[in-house]
Amino acid sequence: MSAVRAVGVVACLGLGAYAATIILRDPTLYSSIPGMLIWFAGALLLHDLVLFPLYAAADRAIALLPATRVPLVNHVRLPLMGAGLTLLVYLPGIIRQGEPVFQGATGLDQAPYLVRWLWLVAAMVAVSALVWVVRVTRRSAAGG
Amino acid sequence: MRIRWRSPIRGPWLTSVFGLVLLCGLPVVIVTGLLDWVAYGSQPIPADVGLLHLPGFDWPTRPAWLFRLTQGLHVGLGIVLVPVVLAKLWSVIPKLFTALPRHPLRALERFSLVLLVGGILFEIVTGLLNIQYDYVFGFSFYAAHYVGAWVFIAGFVLHVALKLPTMVRSLRSRSLRRELRTPLAETRPEPAGDLVAPDPDPPTMSRRGALAVVGGGTLLLAGLTIGQSVDALRPTALLLPRGRTAPDDFPVNRTFVASGIESAAVGAGWRLDLGALRLTRDELAALPQHTADLPIACVEGWSTQQTWTGVPLRELAALAGVPTPTGATVRSVEEGPFARAELTADQVLHPDSLLALQVNGADLSLDHGFPARIVVPALPGVHCTKWVATIGFSR
Repeated sequence: MSAVRAVGVVACLGLGAYAATIILRDPTLYSSIPGMLIWFAGALLLHDLVLFPLYAAADRAIALLPATRVPLVNHVRLPLMGAGLTLLVYLPGIIRQGEPVFQGATGLDQAPYLVRWLWLVAAMVAVSALVWVVRVTRRSAAGG
Repeated sequence: MRIRWRSPIRGPWLTSVFGLVLLCGLPVVIVTGLLDWVAYGSQPIPADVGLLHLPGFDWPTRPAWLFRLTQGLHVGLGIVLVPVVLAKLWSVIPKLFTALPRHPLRALERFSLVLLVGGILFEIVTGLLNIQYDYVFGFSFYAAHYVGAWVFIAGFVLHVALKLPTMVRSLRSRSLRRELRTPLAETRPEPAGDLVAPDPDPPTMSRRGALAVVGGGTLLLAGLTIGQSVDALRPTALLLPRGRTAPDDFPVNRTFVASGIESAAVGAGWRLDLGALRLTRDELAALPQHTADLPIACVEGWSTQQTWTGVPLRELAALAGVPTPTGATVRSVEEGPFARAELTADQVLHPDSLLALQVNGADLSLDHGFPARIVVPALPGVHCTKWVATIGFSR
């Protein structure tokens, strides 16, 4: 292990620790420290211990789908992934969280987002199903 | 615990493709984010960051769309990279279950992944909540997002330095062109090694399919985000706050009701206080007017371009007896953290910098800052003060 590598590791960890001291420069932020640490820890574990087990389990379930001439797997997987991704990114509007601040900032409410998201998911499911039907039809035609 | 990893396409080449995309994209997100801190001028948040900021410079007024671009990129690129970040985390998850190295320096290297992974996901989560006005976390977004950024930068720099050779070697191990021509039926695992499952399931998706899925996720989010920054595409931002407006209006940033201002304070008795003199709205409207197309661009990444009409700030400075000001302090009728904005000389003297009385040919609405608001080229929207009460030009 080279000395350069050791210096690099220590320097970068030092930078991370120094960054955290920004919080210590402002006494009004002291009461926020536990919250920030909890959210940081939560973010760290979010993928590996929450999202991964969820989508891995869903994927195992998809693998149990009945075998068809044109496999169903990706035609179920893709709309599900699209639904999960958009739910994750646009969650606050969809579940109407933080509505008072939202209204103060925009002058609007969050009423439309859940229905819009459901339509979006429905559209992804419909397109995926349509493509599957087309593939099945073309394969049947090709196979005589 | 012994886990059987099932994916036949997980391997260093695929991980390195995701890594390369992030290596190109994330520096742009980082730099545009740090530029936002500079754009806040003499009022950055958090105020005291020690040495951790870009070299200081006066935020320019040209081009007028500068902040629209930098902050739109910061938020927009940050959103569209979410699928790539998730794909990268998926691709390396077997590493989480490998034993901690004995060598202390190797253990420290492993620990630095806390900064890397915790940092990027903390930034994504707080950023996504902030642009949707969801403050469920209960702490200062600005401070947390800024500190989180530097914690991430520390982990990112180290990770790139340690892994760049591996990434280059892995990318060279397979031809991208050949992968893009390899269908599912011919998809085989990468050669045995790091990340590659020793006993995988049969493939259900080719490598090119996996890249297309991640790319498709990125395009989906891009399509649902671009509308918050492009007026003609606004309704396409289906699920974002700035995809909607009230009928025949453009997006409002902070309503009159939310400002807590009493109606009387912006009624007939309102005066603009320039120190040396006080002007009624009619007197302001009687001054020579200037019209300019200027964007309002907000820290949440959304923006809109409108046609503003009002009195150039430099004319007001001359009226106030300060023809060559070194800057200005603008105060709003509103009280609160964003009720005061400091402008540089350049921002006051730009010919298009306005105390706007009208937008798109009609008097400002209360929500857009009636009786008068500041509009300055390339200035963050939060400093384009609405419901202006006083402007103090400094000598």
